[in-house]
Amino acid sequence: MKPHPEKSLSENSAPRFSGRLFHYSSPQTFYPLAGKMIPFFWVAAALFGIAGLWIGFFVAPTDAQQGEAYRIIFVHVPASWMSMFIYLVMAAWAGIGLALGTRLSGMMAQALAPTGALMAALSLATGSLWGRPMWGTWWIWDARLTSELILFFLYVGFIALQAAIDDPRRADKAGAILALVGVVNVPIIYFSVIWWNTLHQGSSVSLTRSPSMAQTMLLGMLLMALCFWMYAIAMALMRVRAIILERERHTEWVRAEINLEKSNALE
Amino acid sequence: MHWNSVAEFFAMGGYAVYVWPSFGACALLMLVETIQVKHRYQAAVESCRRQFATDQLDNKTL
Repeated sequence: MKPHPEKSLSENSAPRFSGRLFHYSSPQTFYPLAGKMIPFFWVAAALFGIAGLWIGFFVAPTDAQQGEAYRIIFVHVPASWMSMFIYLVMAAWAGIGLALGTRLSGMMAQALAPTGALMAALSLATGSLWGRPMWGTWWIWDARLTSELILFFLYVGFIALQAAIDDPRRADKAGAILALVGVVNVPIIYFSVIWWNTLHQGSSVSLTRSPSMAQTMLLGMLLMALCFWMYAIAMALMRVRAIILERERHTEWVRAEINLEKSNALE
Repeated sequence: MHWNSVAEFFAMGGYAVYVWPSFGACALLMLVETIQVKHRYQAAVESCRRQFATDQLDNKTL
């Protein structure tokens, strides 16, 4: 069995708490842990989703200006928030991987990218479906929409760049640099409605003032955002398990793990 | 509840063609992603099994 450098480091020299962090930062220990966590995030996503859809369709009132069309908000805002949030998390993992060289970090960044791209695509698609009846156009090259489109391209670029490099460690490094440079786009998206005159409305929810929408609308939106969040975590954990197996299939522990799963499945 | 009938609910005040595709796109893409990731995981497990089988064969011949 090959020695695990990170593991031996944590056991011998690191203090206890960070030692435990290092312990879970190795693919070998994270793989079964992720497997145990996935069902909880699925259940949470389902519960938040049911509650959010119920409030969104049956409790939240009709909007005075936009009629029923505003209900697109219950998927549009969660998808947009998650597209930006996942990018920040992905870039953070990529940065940690670049700085510390931990194997799991690059895998986490790689696992998050497709889900982030999906959220950005959903944000653009639902925004387009909302823009058509409200603004009279599917698309306009304004600051908010353009910067969100760039976010989508950053995800696609990250995925394509990693796919183009055969050596996973080198792919992680190249991807990490792209991800970190692209971080500058996230505040641009977020503040675009303040910095520029755009067709897109300002944020309905802010940390500094009370929200400019009905309480039930806000509650439905937050529940849907939690649903999308839990979904994204479940999906990232499922994908990172696949990536761990793809990259570490030559190791002893993967062999033991797969044999264990096989015998569990037979019981 | 503010809907008077099921038909009124699905009509979405005349915005049905915008509201339902929005929710449909989310449901569809999330379903596709889930299936895709499950396939990827199963393919990875299969690939590991094949790897072990060839390793065992190599060990025997050696």
